[in-house]
Amino acid sequence: MTHEVQTEIAAELLDVRRVYHMGSSQVAALDGISHRFMRGEYWSIMGSSGSGKSTLLNILGCIDRPTEGEYMVGGNPVSSLDDNQLSELRGARLGFVFQSYNLIPQLDVLENILVPVMYRDEWPTWALDRAKELAERVGLGGRTGHRPPELSGGQQQRVAIARALINDPDLILADEATGNLDSKTAEEILEVFDELHAEGKTILLVTHENAVGQRAGRTLKLKDGRIEDVVENHS
Amino acid sequence: MIIRSPFLRTVRLGISSLLLHKLRAFLTTLGVLFGVASVIAMLAVGEGASESAQDQIRQLGSQNVILRSVKPPEDQQSNQEVRVLSYGLTDGDRRRIENTYPGVRSVIPVMQVPEEVRRGTRVCRPRVLCTRSGYRDATGRVLYEGRFLTELDESLEEPACVLSYEVARHLFPFASPVGESIRIGAEYLTVVGVVLPRGPIGAVAIDSTTEVGGDIFLPLAAGRRMFGTTQVKMRSGSRDITEVELHEIIVDVRNAADVPMVADACRAMLARDHSEKDWEVIVPLELLLRAEETKRIFNIVLGSIAGISLLVGGIGIMNVMLATVTERTREIGIRRALGAKRKDIVIQFLVETTVLSGCGGVAGVVVGLIIPAIVEATADMPTIVTPQAPALAFGISVGIGVIFGLYPAWRAANMDPVEALRHE
Ligand SMILES: Nc1ncnc2c1ncn2[C@@H]1O[C@H](COP(=O)(O)OP(=O)(O)OP(=O)(O)O)[C@@H](O)[C@H]1O
Ligand SMILES: [Mg+2]
Repeated sequence: MTHEVQTEIAAELLDVRRVYHMGSSQVAALDGISHRFMRGEYWSIMGSSGSGKSTLLNILGCIDRPTEGEYMVGGNPVSSLDDNQLSELRGARLGFVFQSYNLIPQLDVLENILVPVMYRDEWPTWALDRAKELAERVGLGGRTGHRPPELSGGQQQRVAIARALINDPDLILADEATGNLDSKTAEEILEVFDELHAEGKTILLVTHENAVGQRAGRTLKLKDGRIEDVVENHS
Repeated sequence: MIIRSPFLRTVRLGISSLLLHKLRAFLTTLGVLFGVASVIAMLAVGEGASESAQDQIRQLGSQNVILRSVKPPEDQQSNQEVRVLSYGLTDGDRRRIENTYPGVRSVIPVMQVPEEVRRGTRVCRPRVLCTRSGYRDATGRVLYEGRFLTELDESLEEPACVLSYEVARHLFPFASPVGESIRIGAEYLTVVGVVLPRGPIGAVAIDSTTEVGGDIFLPLAAGRRMFGTTQVKMRSGSRDITEVELHEIIVDVRNAADVPMVADACRAMLARDHSEKDWEVIVPLELLLRAEETKRIFNIVLGSIAGISLLVGGIGIMNVMLATVTERTREIGIRRALGAKRKDIVIQFLVETTVLSGCGGVAGVVVGLIIPAIVEATADMPTIVTPQAPALAFGISVGIGVIFGLYPAWRAANMDPVEALRHE
């Protein structure tokens, strides 16, 4: 199955620039990036601090727009979508995993996993079962009633991964997803990503750790807002 | 617990978010609570006061014009041994009114006698009113037992009298007074009937005489024969003799629309026939209109105060919601990244403010219903809670919650998701 879908484009950047205005001066966080991410690929995005990794991931995740150039996701040019359509696209097609987990503290595990479902037009019949299944899968089947402050960092990140998967997204975006975790817990999380990749999910993982970056099939290296290198990793 | 209905889910989420800061939510609710409670309580007290004032005026009879004798100001300080002061309304006035205005149903003379009333050892000082049979109709007094005075009593100068209920109870605590005799001054009269009292006497007195507990009615002709029209008062070294033929003339106008016209005509007539201003004309209908005007002003004042207190509550809500939005910037960013539209964020925060103001509103209605009951029990003031008042106050409080919640919600919805996610 993975081999069939690999020919499809999951996301495509066409000469994307992202310029921040700081008073009179301008900072080009992204300075002309063109790249294709194919379906089913596992990419790591690396580069030194300030090289534009997070900026790129925000654009890939449709929470930010390019200043110039075009970003195509699932065949749609992002510049043609309005705020509501972008929200819908984020909810339905994208899954986020953040460095600081970003769970909602007043909701329990199951409710957190279901947040992306809440913003669908209709409540699907499968939602609850699927949420339980995902909780089980990330090893939190017995803790669905707990709230985030009662969970360890690794457990919270698992919840975040389950939440990212609830709507069966085309693209999973992770920004330093293991950055706050110790190496053993980080390893567990990375194993979950490996599994997801094996299932055919498209994963884009921002990291500045080589060991982490090399687990992905390919690495996009950024420097000063430009693509410095594209590396095929052999494991 | 997962709730499928999107609306209920949002409400539950709102409540659980508010419960994160219980004290803060409670204090905000308190602001609304007092606003709503004060609106209801003030309206109830105002409504009660104006209702009792209007009640008293209505007891005078809105279709009546009441002429009263007034003691004219004494112009010279005389040292004579005997002073005779004769003033006020006369039988002549009464006849002229009766004969002049076709729209008048009856013209009832009233003479008041300042005598004590006794039965055995029991004494009281009610108003002793010498009048005629039409008095009951004109003032709308209700018969409790026996009968009222008749024209036959009048023409026979019958020593009959009718007691009002409170006088009857005072003089005859255990039995019916009908057929019994009482003493007024030095005269004995037979009780023929009892009328009900004139309802509770409220805060606004039209005339001090109405505050006296109870009345006794007897035929005018009998009263004149027994007590005369002159009163003698002893003063140090001199005697004051006061002569008043009639203390009051009640003009019962058939049609309320004619009341102002008849009142003006009476004023004109009395001004022409009396050399001194020893009379006054009281028009209950005019008093009623004035009371309504007063009530309108009262309502405007109350409305402004209530409005201000609700406004303060609303500002409290806005303040808290702005703080909440700032605190939960990150949550807003997360939700936006996970697919929430601006609309969803607006609804989420509006539901929260509505829950806040709604809880405040409900609690305010409860407190607002308790306060008038306490006022009534402790201050002995009548209060009236109209059914609209709680509904209005509750509606306004929720409305204020929504209005003052709109801006914070709008701010939340328009945050840049990237910035919001970066927020600590
Ligand atoms: N909101 C902003 N306003 C102004 N400049 C910004 C803003 N966000 C990012 N930048 C600038 O854009 C550049 C890229 O930032 P970005 O956050 O993408 O770096 P990064 O590669 O994720 O770094 P790190 O590894 O430290 O997370 C930096 O020079 C940063 O200063
Ligand atoms: Mg970064």
